[in-house]
Amino acid sequence: MKIATAAEHYAGMKAKAEQKINSLQEKTLIRVGAATCGLAAGAQKVKDTFVEEIKHKGLDAEIIEVGCMGHCYAEPMAIISKPGFPALCYGHMDEGLAKLLVEEFLGNDDPCYEYALVALEPNDIFPTFSDFPRDAYEKKIILEHCGFIDPEDIDHYLAREGYASLVKTLQMKPEEIISAMVDSGLRGRGGAGFPVGKKWTICRNTPSEIKYIICNADEGDPGAFMDRSVLESNPHQVIEGMLICAYAVGATKGYIYVRNEYPLAVQRVKTAIEQARKKGLLGSAILDSTFSFDLEVFEGSGAFVCGEESALINSMEGKMGVPQARPPYMAVSGFWGRPTVLNNVKTFAYVTAIIKKGAGWFREIGTEATPGTAVFTLVGKVANTGLVEVPMGTTLRQLVFDIGEGIPNDKEFKAVQIGGPSGGCLPEETLDIPIDFDSLEKAGAIMGSGGLVVLDEDDCMVAIARYFLEFTQQESCGKCTFCRLGTKHMLDILTRITQGKGSLADLDILQELAEDIKMGSLCNLGKTAPNPILTTLRYFRDEYEAHILEGRCPARMCKDLILYYIVPEKCTKLCNVCVGSCPVEAIYTREDGLKAIDQEKCVKCDNCLKTCPPEHNAVIKLSPPVLPEE
Amino acid sequence: MGKKITLTIDDRQITASAGEKLLWVALENEIYIPHLCAIKEETRPAASCRLCFVEVEGLSRPVTACTQAVYEGMVVKTRSPRVDRLVKTAFELLLSDHRLECNKCPKNRACELQKIAKERKLKLRLTRLQPLEKEVTVDDSMGSFIFDPSLCVLCGRCVWVDQQEVKVGAIGFSRRGLQRKVTTIGDIPLAESPCTGCGRCVEVCPVGALSFTNQAKPEGVAVNS
Ligand SMILES: Cc1cc2nc3c(=O)[nH]c(=O)nc-3n(C[C@H](O)[C@H](O)[C@H](O)COP(=O)(O)O)c2cc1C
Ligand code: SF4
Ligand code: SF4
Repeated sequence: MKIATAAEHYAGMKAKAEQKINSLQEKTLIRVGAATCGLAAGAQKVKDTFVEEIKHKGLDAEIIEVGCMGHCYAEPMAIISKPGFPALCYGHMDEGLAKLLVEEFLGNDDPCYEYALVALEPNDIFPTFSDFPRDAYEKKIILEHCGFIDPEDIDHYLAREGYASLVKTLQMKPEEIISAMVDSGLRGRGGAGFPVGKKWTICRNTPSEIKYIICNADEGDPGAFMDRSVLESNPHQVIEGMLICAYAVGATKGYIYVRNEYPLAVQRVKTAIEQARKKGLLGSAILDSTFSFDLEVFEGSGAFVCGEESALINSMEGKMGVPQARPPYMAVSGFWGRPTVLNNVKTFAYVTAIIKKGAGWFREIGTEATPGTAVFTLVGKVANTGLVEVPMGTTLRQLVFDIGEGIPNDKEFKAVQIGGPSGGCLPEETLDIPIDFDSLEKAGAIMGSGGLVVLDEDDCMVAIARYFLEFTQQESCGKCTFCRLGTKHMLDILTRITQGKGSLADLDILQELAEDIKMGSLCNLGKTAPNPILTTLRYFRDEYEAHILEGRCPARMCKDLILYYIVPEKCTKLCNVCVGSCPVEAIYTREDGLKAIDQEKCVKCDNCLKTCPPEHNAVIKLSPPVLPEE
Repeated sequence: MGKKITLTIDDRQITASAGEKLLWVALENEIYIPHLCAIKEETRPAASCRLCFVEVEGLSRPVTACTQAVYEGMVVKTRSPRVDRLVKTAFELLLSDHRLECNKCPKNRACELQKIAKERKLKLRLTRLQPLEKEVTVDDSMGSFIFDPSLCVLCGRCVWVDQQEVKVGAIGFSRRGLQRKVTTIGDIPLAESPCTGCGRCVEVCPVGALSFTNQAKPEGVAVNS
């Protein structure tokens, strides 16, 4: 009886939402990408210009903010849907373009195709996303609605069948939900890839009056922003996943742990919770059923290590955010000693999709061991940066060269650093392995948070390893011996090598330390921190040896091992732009009128090299730092 | 806990209560496993010193004996090339952050580090690593004992007795990473903290970091060995 009520209740709610969204489509609708990536690129000004110009011209159009579409390189972006035209997406927006579009497109029916990036629906005039090379590889499950719906209005989500999975859940037995998770093969997306069905089963089977659900949105990896983006762009999909989990394991209270440096995500999640509560989708007797569950945002201000589950729970309990030895597992004894399911943002988002479309559907995507998709933040030396969602099993080569469209400026590819600061650096010869949790680990990297940094010939692998290790060393909580002291010793050795003061014996010590820290540390921060070193020693040992044996940095990146030199044959008397660019007046005019650098004064800031006009290209870096005879 | 079980440690049959932690079972049967941070009464071991690694048959990697519960039929080896390597490195790491002046140390010949070195034939000096520099202030404000952080191995035994046994709460851990240290709330001298001067922390300190000053050493307090 109750069950029918829930479905009916929902049907009414959804019909109303659809009506509202349809009426939006009767007039011109402008969607401005206003996730953090868009806002950082100037989306607010673009939106303000639209508002002003439309008002000024007395036009009738609706403007809403949406999340991130994953094409961060083209932000700010806007989608204009005008009746009679295909919905068109414009990239690299600025105030001028917003003004022009209001005048020409909204006012005069000229869509200014020259500025349009893509059309959202198939049409005869303009290409759509499916005409983009990356579309052939992309498969959107959790990013499906991101960038297209208004994250601050629950009706947008409802109109796209949002919360239908919840209704379906309420019609199933908790055991059936758990079976679906087991059958789907879903593995946690917070980094370690732990099977979700297994975790939920343990929690369900641990008797307790009170159980908790926690969504881990700490996302402390520098450069990672997919969890933030999902919460900013489609928070309800995560909330719905948490509801399903709560129903399955028998929890009544949940928390979304968001770092407070993500104010927009915090605000949008809070708004979403509020709206869901108002609709009776959260709180007591959800959709008039017997199921009750409520949700709260916990704003974390902790360090990177607070993303580790036991440290996260400690910090929520007001204790020091340091990890603890397992067992007991969180699913047995977590928050306040109660059985607790802790999953990542993306993990919960997949749950919603799996209940909607079935475990079998999910298993069809991705690899045998890791079904589903992977979300990567593609950054570094790659033409198209942004968020991409691809099936597990896609190769790194497809990610970098087809989706990312390769290395800009005709530079040579060197490596991908994958998995965040504890990830590994993988060279050209590994580019064809189909990626999933296991294959990456075998190659020495990790899936981690899905950070993917592309490196080119100008990146020194020793310096890169040192850079990532410096982060983990500083973020070590200091509790256990290997991580607290071991990472510091590794960092000191790497620093010496980048200064040309290393020895071959250092490489052996580095290898031993790295292996022991990986094996002996208490938590995964320490266990994974050596990855950048182990992989660079494995794949780029020649670079280490060049630093040590020849005092040479092959990428000419390590400052102590290079000098700047002006090639007299290329320099000309008629130019002196580099002189002014030098902050320490190290560049002087020789007797013959050409320029030269006073090595004593030079601080290796790279300014002269950047300013020397391309027709001369007279400034070069030399490594080892030895001046040529003249 | 409770049910009697039989396990094998280094080829010796041993009876213990199921659920007991392996480290204590071994120690009580006079099988030595290096350890600094373990506290028998603590149900959630810190497992931070990383010295008590052993091999358990059926497990792919060495595990810490302080966190590993014993069970019927368990087969344990306290030594293996992997275990020895981990212990050697953890030990050298600790030494790299510990002022090595044994002859001047109040705990000379009663120090756990010396004991570990002796038991496992490890060198009491650095062979692969450079010493880490750290700036510390010695707290001698109590008079009866002094705290010299340059000798502290961060085992946490003092913090545990202070907070869980005598329940004073004068000291705790603060800071992260290399800066992690044992200190009073607000980093004030012990004499200005709630410390009662009971000396329990000094008794449990495995090294010379907390030591009684000779003149004020309370009657009958044996130096911890
Ligand atoms: C140092 C460290 C940082 C972590 N940070 C995060 C994080 O920001 N977000 C996250 O979901 N998991 C993080 N994890 C992994 C969590 O401990 C945990 O495995 C995960 O949240 C479980 O969710 P999942 O099973 O859905 O992946 C981190 C782990 C470590 C060791
Ligand atoms: S280095 Fe380049 S900019 Fe400087 S003087 Fe020579 S040619 Fe001109
Ligand atoms: S002072 Fe002694 S007991 Fe306290 S943490 Fe340091 S070594 Fe351990």
